[in-house]
Amino acid sequence: MNLTTAIIGIAAYLILAPIAGGLLAGIDRKISARMQGRFGPPILQPFYDFFKLLEKEPITVNKVQDFYVMCFLIFIVITGCFFFAGGDLLLIIFSLTLASIFLVVAAFSSNSPYAQIGAERELLQMMAYEPMVLLTAIGFYIVNGSFNIYDIVSSDVMAIQYLPGIFLGFVFILTIKLRKSPFDLSMSHHAHQELVKGLTTEFSGKTMAVIEIAHWYENIFLLGFVYLFFVNSLSWSPVLAVIICLVTYFIEILIDNNYARMKWQIAINASWIVAITLGFVNLLVLYFMR
Amino acid sequence: MSYVTKSPWIIHYDGSSCNGCDIEVLACLTPMYDVERFGIINTGNPKHADIFLVTGSVNEQNINVVKQIYEQMPEPKVVVAIGICATSGGIFKECYNIMGGIDTVIPVDVYVPGCAARPEAIIDGVVKGLGVLAEKRASMDKRIGVIPAAPEAAKEAAAEVKEKEEA
Repeated sequence: MNLTTAIIGIAAYLILAPIAGGLLAGIDRKISARMQGRFGPPILQPFYDFFKLLEKEPITVNKVQDFYVMCFLIFIVITGCFFFAGGDLLLIIFSLTLASIFLVVAAFSSNSPYAQIGAERELLQMMAYEPMVLLTAIGFYIVNGSFNIYDIVSSDVMAIQYLPGIFLGFVFILTIKLRKSPFDLSMSHHAHQELVKGLTTEFSGKTMAVIEIAHWYENIFLLGFVYLFFVNSLSWSPVLAVIICLVTYFIEILIDNNYARMKWQIAINASWIVAITLGFVNLLVLYFMR
Repeated sequence: MSYVTKSPWIIHYDGSSCNGCDIEVLACLTPMYDVERFGIINTGNPKHADIFLVTGSVNEQNINVVKQIYEQMPEPKVVVAIGICATSGGIFKECYNIMGGIDTVIPVDVYVPGCAARPEAIIDGVVKGLGVLAEKRASMDKRIGVIPAAPEAAKEAAAEVKEKEEA
């Protein structure tokens, strides 16, 4: 791996990810509105929301929660930086888990029953998606012989040819990660009344703005995972990969608007069944066929 | 320019309304009126809200609820009283358990009379509230200078307590 490309990757991620993530959120809200027969907010609405939150009076339940929320942002950014610098896939998955844990601890620290139930549900969601994320990393290792993203990107094989099951499984848990219905248990962007606002009930003003921007960073990084399935050493493959990312996100919006929220039991059962049938079977087939 | 006028998030509370005005408030969110065009989101969480929509009058049971929701909202915030009951007590004004309009408990910035208030009138009231919100946002920076007065008040209170103890 060469240092210049790593630095360019990190710089591009740090600067462009919040812009792209915010625009994606705006387009998401617009498309969702159109699917519901509404006109919808302007594309730049997430940015207006973000700057408004910065303008609000700071109210915190305790000082430690701001620290944890800042850690959430920092570790999400570090995760993305590892990813776009071409780092190690396992390290990326572990630092992503650490970031999510910081958000959960922040919610627990507020002592609000709504935030605590939200945090418990977030832990259940992590239990639901974590096996599939690990299987994804193992799949990439079996195909490319390396956990290193730089090696995966510059290899001659397109991972999707060998990992169709794992790709579908990953898109399934992406619904949980992007906080879309039917699995938006801990914090929803839509029906705001359940659990008040779940995880983020006690966060307002600047703290909320930090969470928003962390989600933009996170969403771009997660789409980076989808990108990884389609990219190889051929020059046209990044274009195809970006198109697939956008199509995947559109499908997530479609799913989001077509499903009601499900119980957490269903979320865990469904995602583990998907991880076993699609992910594990895919790995077995790969292991014996190659 | 203040961004607070571009993304006003609302919280909606039903005082002792007959639900007529509540249905009209929720009608604003439907495809017919679609207030999300203006960035308005119905949050259900006072800590995220900028505009407090109250329908119905205040009764003895919910005085504290209304006060608490108001106090939990971070500045700048605006209260919009929706419907004639929230404005003045309406037909319930004479009831033994009714305090009257919302302004008997918390400061109200915009009144939207009507029985029930029409969605157009509610949207108009919220838009009027945006002007107040921008003014409050502008005065927030100035008010920071007033805060140092608080320790003196605390000292006075402490002195009073001492006097009482001595007595």
